[in-house]
Amino acid sequence: MSEHIVSAFTDELEKIAADLMRMGGIVETMILDSCAAVDRNNHDMARDVITRDPEVDRLEEEVERQIVSLIARRQPMAHDLRSVFSALKTAGELERIGDLSKNIGKRTLMLDESVPVAMRHGVARMARPVSLQLHMVLDAYATGNAESAKTVWESDDDIDQHYNSLFREMLTYMIEDPRTIGAGAHMLFMAKNLERIGDHCTNIAEFIYFQITGEYLIPHERPKTPNTGI
Amino acid sequence: MDTVGPAKTDLALTGEGADKTQALTYPRIDCRNVSVYYDDKQAVFDVSLAIHDRAVTALIGPSGCGKSTFLRCLNRMNDTIEGAKVTGDIFMEGENINSPDVDPVLLRSRVGMVFQKPNPFPKSIYDNIAYGPRIHGMVDSREDLDAVVEKSLRRAGLWEEVKDRLTQPGTSLSGGQQQRLCIARAIAVRPEVILMDEPCSALDPIATARIEELIDELRKRYCIVIVTHSMQQAARVSQRTAFFHLGNLVEMGDTDQIFTNPRERRTEDYITGRFG
Repeated sequence: MSEHIVSAFTDELEKIAADLMRMGGIVETMILDSCAAVDRNNHDMARDVITRDPEVDRLEEEVERQIVSLIARRQPMAHDLRSVFSALKTAGELERIGDLSKNIGKRTLMLDESVPVAMRHGVARMARPVSLQLHMVLDAYATGNAESAKTVWESDDDIDQHYNSLFREMLTYMIEDPRTIGAGAHMLFMAKNLERIGDHCTNIAEFIYFQITGEYLIPHERPKTPNTGI
Repeated sequence: MDTVGPAKTDLALTGEGADKTQALTYPRIDCRNVSVYYDDKQAVFDVSLAIHDRAVTALIGPSGCGKSTFLRCLNRMNDTIEGAKVTGDIFMEGENINSPDVDPVLLRSRVGMVFQKPNPFPKSIYDNIAYGPRIHGMVDSREDLDAVVEKSLRRAGLWEEVKDRLTQPGTSLSGGQQQRLCIARAIAVRPEVILMDEPCSALDPIATARIEELIDELRKRYCIVIVTHSMQQAARVSQRTAFFHLGNLVEMGDTDQIFTNPRERRTEDYITGRFG
């Protein structure tokens, strides 16, 4: 899209997009690192993830502040209006993803070496597709590709199925060995956090799709496996 | 997007035998293939659009895009310009207003106009309003005339401010009050349509807000067409928006759609401030 007659308007929109991408980059590594910390029982790494969250919160505030100011001064219309609306909502979702990753980090600190490696691997395995969802949706944002955003939106069901299978796996461990129940409970929350991150990625995909096309993706048209009661 | 090109669905509704009970939905004015020439220069190119009743239609576009020229077609104001020629059909209630049988003076009592700069007559506030009903023979007695003046000023939201000074000159009012006086003057002759050509561009934000509030009130009774350079104003006051560029109607649609998701690239570029 060509530039605004008022070039500062373009600059401001680009700054918002750049801050959002920075937020996205940080939370993406938070997901991966928090789960790597679980996998390797690395408490230093978990603490490091926790310390990155305030920066995400700060960036969210920064994006919000810029958007409020931009709306007041420039009254964006059409694609510009949709892009600031989408950026505002996306910033909120990324902040939540940061919180959920931080929570995985905090729970990691509750685990000790007695937790079976197989249980740790289970959580780590789920981190990869989830962070990939986020990576793809941020790519769609950066390249303005509505179809990629829709692809992410459609594939959330894979994450849900991954969660369901991990849930059963954890239950099996806990039934087999009641000593793993404490760790298992934390890991169920970690898995749930990852599943929630998937949902936030789906929301971001909806905002990006709307930003680019001006059309809404209709939630009930999304592919979904019947509820498994979990 | 709709009504670029002849609006087929509208034709049936405005032709003979149209169901008048559908007054809220069928177009009050149906323009088909309207072109305007100033001598050899064409200013408006083959514009077809439907203007709905009891709604505000905003015409937007850069300077020289033909929106004011088009607006002036709706009450044949272009007749008064030397060398101006209008072709195409403009139907109001099924009657072609460009037909030689139509009396332009009578037409202009049905289609009132408010201009950019408030232009009260150099007469009293009372006489500014009373002038139209008097010359059109719309009242029989002084009491009737008093009633029309009060009602018009009330509808224009000016009565409370001027009721004790009706004999003072209209020009003694503030700019915003003068503009509301002009609106009161326009509605005194019971028009069906009110045309407004940048009615707020000479007013401060408070006076502008009052006029916008008035427009919102008036749209319950009238068909209003407004030309404005302020896109925010178009977005605030109108239900339908038409975007003109270089004499062409580029896009027309619901105001919400035009400002959040325009279909045409030129509309998008204009309303987002990217116009080259």
